[in-house]
Amino acid sequence: MRQIQTIEPGATLLAVENVSLRFGGVKAITDVSFDIRKGEVRAIIGPNGAGKTSMLNVINGFYHPQDGRITYRGATRTKMRPHVAASQGIARTFQNVALFKGMTTLDNIMIGRTLKMRRSFFWQLWRHGPAMAEEIEHRKFVEEIIDFLEIEHIRKVPVGKLPYGLQKRVELGRALAMEPELLLLDEPMAGMNLEEKEDMCRFILDVKEQYGTTIALIEHDMGVVMDLSDRVVVLEYGRKIADGTPDEVKADQKVIDAYLGVAH
Amino acid sequence: MLYRETGQFKKTYAADMAVFPILQDRIGLAVILVVAAGFIPAFGSNFFLSSVMIPFLVFSLAAMGLNIITGYTGLISLGTGAFMGVGAYACYKLTTAFPGVNIVVWILVSGFFSAAIGAVFGLPSLRIKGFYLAVATLAAQFFLEWCFVRIPWLYNYAASGAIEVPTRTLLGIPVTGATATPTTRYLVILGLVVLLTWVASNILHGRIGRTFMAVRDMDIAAELMGIRLLPAKLMAFALSSFYCGVAGAVMMFLWYGGGEASDAFNINQSFNILFMVIIGGLGSLIGCFLGAALLNVVPIILKFGLPALGVPLGGATAEHINHLFVGGLIIFFLIVEPHGLARLWQIMKQKLRTWPFPY
Amino acid sequence: MDILFNVFVDPFLQMRAAPDLLVQTLWEGLVSGVLYALIALGFVLIFKASGVFNFAQGIMVVFAALTLVGFHEKGVPAWLAVALTLGVMALLAMAVERVVLRPLVNQPDIILFMATFGLTYVLIGLGEFIFGGEPKQMITEELFIPRGAIDVAVLGGRVTFQKIDIAAALIASLMIAGLALFFQYTRIGRALRAVADSHKAALSVGISLNQIWVIVWFAAGIVALITGIMWGARSDVSFALQVIALKALPVLILGGFTSIPGAIVGGLIIGLGEKLGEFYWGPLVGGGIENWVAYVIALAFLMVRPQGLFGDKIIERI
Repeated sequence: MRQIQTIEPGATLLAVENVSLRFGGVKAITDVSFDIRKGEVRAIIGPNGAGKTSMLNVINGFYHPQDGRITYRGATRTKMRPHVAASQGIARTFQNVALFKGMTTLDNIMIGRTLKMRRSFFWQLWRHGPAMAEEIEHRKFVEEIIDFLEIEHIRKVPVGKLPYGLQKRVELGRALAMEPELLLLDEPMAGMNLEEKEDMCRFILDVKEQYGTTIALIEHDMGVVMDLSDRVVVLEYGRKIADGTPDEVKADQKVIDAYLGVAH
Repeated sequence: MLYRETGQFKKTYAADMAVFPILQDRIGLAVILVVAAGFIPAFGSNFFLSSVMIPFLVFSLAAMGLNIITGYTGLISLGTGAFMGVGAYACYKLTTAFPGVNIVVWILVSGFFSAAIGAVFGLPSLRIKGFYLAVATLAAQFFLEWCFVRIPWLYNYAASGAIEVPTRTLLGIPVTGATATPTTRYLVILGLVVLLTWVASNILHGRIGRTFMAVRDMDIAAELMGIRLLPAKLMAFALSSFYCGVAGAVMMFLWYGGGEASDAFNINQSFNILFMVIIGGLGSLIGCFLGAALLNVVPIILKFGLPALGVPLGGATAEHINHLFVGGLIIFFLIVEPHGLARLWQIMKQKLRTWPFPY
Repeated sequence: MDILFNVFVDPFLQMRAAPDLLVQTLWEGLVSGVLYALIALGFVLIFKASGVFNFAQGIMVVFAALTLVGFHEKGVPAWLAVALTLGVMALLAMAVERVVLRPLVNQPDIILFMATFGLTYVLIGLGEFIFGGEPKQMITEELFIPRGAIDVAVLGGRVTFQKIDIAAALIASLMIAGLALFFQYTRIGRALRAVADSHKAALSVGISLNQIWVIVWFAAGIVALITGIMWGARSDVSFALQVIALKALPVLILGGFTSIPGAIVGGLIIGLGEKLGEFYWGPLVGGGIENWVAYVIALAFLMVRPQGLFGDKIIERI
C-alpha cells in the first residue's frame, strides 16, 4: 500500500478522474470526474438510474471501473478489495438497509469497531482478560454513538425487528463506529416521514461538526440536498452534467432539463 | 416469581456483557453441572451412561462444531461426518505412534488436524456460495470417506480395516479400551465438553463471533465494514472442524471403542448432526445440546422404551419410524419455529419472567 | 518421474493400444451421463419453478420405483401400475405443496432447502415402512423394456451395447427435449419462470403459486418415475439408489441450477469424466474414485466460473 497523507481541511480528500464503469454492454458510468474536499458535505444527485450508487460502489472498491483513476488521500488506487477501503477510513450506509438482521443494535454497531480491535484469537479463547478489557473500551465508544443517535432503548433488540427509520439510524451508527474520514451515505432519508428526515438531517450536520467527517451523500429530496450540502455534482445517464454549489446547480439549464424534461 | 431479574442492576459493562447476566441462570447452570458431574455418574446405570449420556455429549460437541459454521457463519456444511473421521484417524495415528503421551492430549490435538483439513475444504467458500457451497462440502465428505477406506496407512494396515482402540490411562485409571468403565469414560467426555463449550462461548460472544454472524447475515456489507471474508470464513471452517474432529476422536475412543470407521463417519452421520442443529436451533449454543438430546433420545425410546411398555416393535420398524419422525420434526420446526428448540427455551424463560401475569 | 508418466502419459497410451475399450468406456460414460442428466433435470425443474433446491429428488426416484414395483407385486397389471404410481406422485406433489411449501412461502431459500432434507427422511421412513428395506426387482418385460445386448465390431475389437442403455438414452433425450419446449413455449412454462424469479412478484400479477408448485412437483415426480424405471432396470430397486442423486449434484453445479441444457451437458461431462477417470486413472490410487471424482471436476470448474456452465455472470448489488 502506498503512503497515505494526512489531508488538511479544505484540501482534496478524494479525486475521481475520468472514471468509466461498464457491465457487459451496459454503461453505468461514463467518463466522470469530480473531487471531494476534506470536511465538506458533497451531494451526488440525479434521476433514477443515473449511476449514483454505482459511483459510491466504485469509491469504496466494490466495483472496479474499467477506465479512470481514483486518488484517495494523495494515493492513486489500483484494484483493491472493499475491506481495504474500510481500513483506509471510508465507511458507508446503503440504499436498501444492509444491516446484519440477526444481530442486536449493539452488536451491529460493535461490528463497526472490528477493525480497531487488536486482541488476537488466543486472547479471545479466554474472554475474561485483555480481550474483555478491549471489548469494554470499545463498548464505551459505541455507547457514545448510541447516545448521540438517541437509540438507547433499542440497544438489545435484533435489528430485523426494528422499523425502517430506526434501521437507517442504526446503520448510520454502524458507519460512525468506524470513525471514518469519509462517510458515504446512500439515500439516508429514503422512505422517511418529515420528522424522521429532520432528525436525520440534524444527525448528519452533527456528525460533520462533532467528528469533522467528510460526507458524500446521495439524496432525492432536493430541499435536503440544498440545505445540507456544500457542493453538488449532478449525474444523468452515467455522465456528469453539472458540478458546483447548490445555487449554481439549481440555476443550471442542463439540470433543469434533466429533472423536468426537455421539449423536443 | 422465582425467575425475576428485578433488582439485579448492571453497574459495569463487563456485568452487562456476561454470558449469563441473570443470577437465576447462573444458579441453574451450577445445578446442571453438579447433577452432570455428581449425581449422574453416582446413580446412573452403566446402560444409561453408555447408551444415553455418552452419545448425547458426543453429538452435542459435533453439533456445536456444525453450528459454528452453519448457524453462526451461515455456510451449510454437509461434511461433518468426514471431519469427525479425520479427528478419529488422526487420534489413532498419534496415539499408536506416540503411546507415551496422554490420550486426552491427543484427542485435543487431533482436532487441529481436522481443522487444517477443514480449512482446505473451506477454500472454495470465497468464490461459491449457498447451495453451491453445500455441494462443495459434499466433495469433502466423499473424498475423505474414500481416503478412510483406501489408505491403509490410516488404520495401520489392519486386515479388518478397523480402528482398534488401545488401552490408555489417565492418572492410572484406564479411560479407553476394553477395561475402561462407562463412568470414567463419561467423566472424561463431560470434562472435555464443558471445557470446549466454555471456549466456544468465549469465542462466539466476542469479536470473532460477531464477525461470523456479520458474514452470515450479509457478507457483502461485512466486507465493506472492513472484514476480510476469506480469513473469516476459513477460520469458521477451521474452528468448526476442530470441534467436529474432537467429537470424532471422542466418539471413536471413548464411546465406540474402535470399529469400522467408514460406517461411523458417512454421509448419514453428517445429515444426522445437521438435523440436530436445525432442530436445536441455528446459531445457538444451548440449541446444540437440546437438539442432540432430542434426536438421541427418540431412537432409544422407540427401540427400548416402547417394547418395555408392551408395544411390540421390531428393530427395523423402529428405525423406519425414527426416520419418519425425524423428517417430520424437521419440517415442523422449520415451519413453526425456524430457530428451533433454543427459541422455545427462550420463550419459556420470557414467560417465566412475568409469571403468573401474562405480561 | 514414474508418477508423472503414470498420470499424464500411460493412460493415453492405453487408450491408443485398445481403442475398443475406450469406445466401451465412452459409451458407458455417455449412458450414465444421460441418466445423471435425467436426475439433474428433476432438480432443475423444481429449482427453476420454485427456487427450491429439492434434496429429496433422489428419494423421489426410489419412492416412485418402489411404488411401481409394489403395485405390480400386488397383482396389478403393469400399465395400471404405472398409472397408479403417477397418481401417487400427484398426491405426493399435492401433499408437499400443502404441508411443506405453502407454510414456507417467502422464507429464505436455505430454509426451504433444509425442509427438503426433512422431506427426504419422511419419504425414506414411509418407503421403508410400506415396502420394507429389501431390494426389489424392477419389472422390465411388462413395460416393454428390451433386455440383452448388441455386440458391435469396432476398431478391431468388440463393444457391447446393452439394449436397455440404448433405450434409456433415447427416452431421456426425448424427455429433456419435451421439457425444454414446455418451458419455452407454453403459458404455464412462462408462469413457472416468473415464479422462479420472485414469489412475491408472481403472486402480485395473479399467478397461483400453489397450482404452479403442484404442477412442477408432479412433473418432477414423472421424471423421478422414469429415472427410477431406468436405474432400477440396470440394477435393483433399493434405497441404495438414492446415492445416485448425490452424484447428480455435481452435474447441477457444473450446469447451473436453472439451465436445462446445462443439466444435459453437465451430465455428459460428469458421466464421461467419471468413467474415464475410474477406468484409466482409478487403478493408480486403488480404485473406487467414482464417488468423488465428479465432485472434483465440478469444483475445479466452479472455481473458474462460479455461475456454472450456462449461468449468467453474477453481478452483485448492494
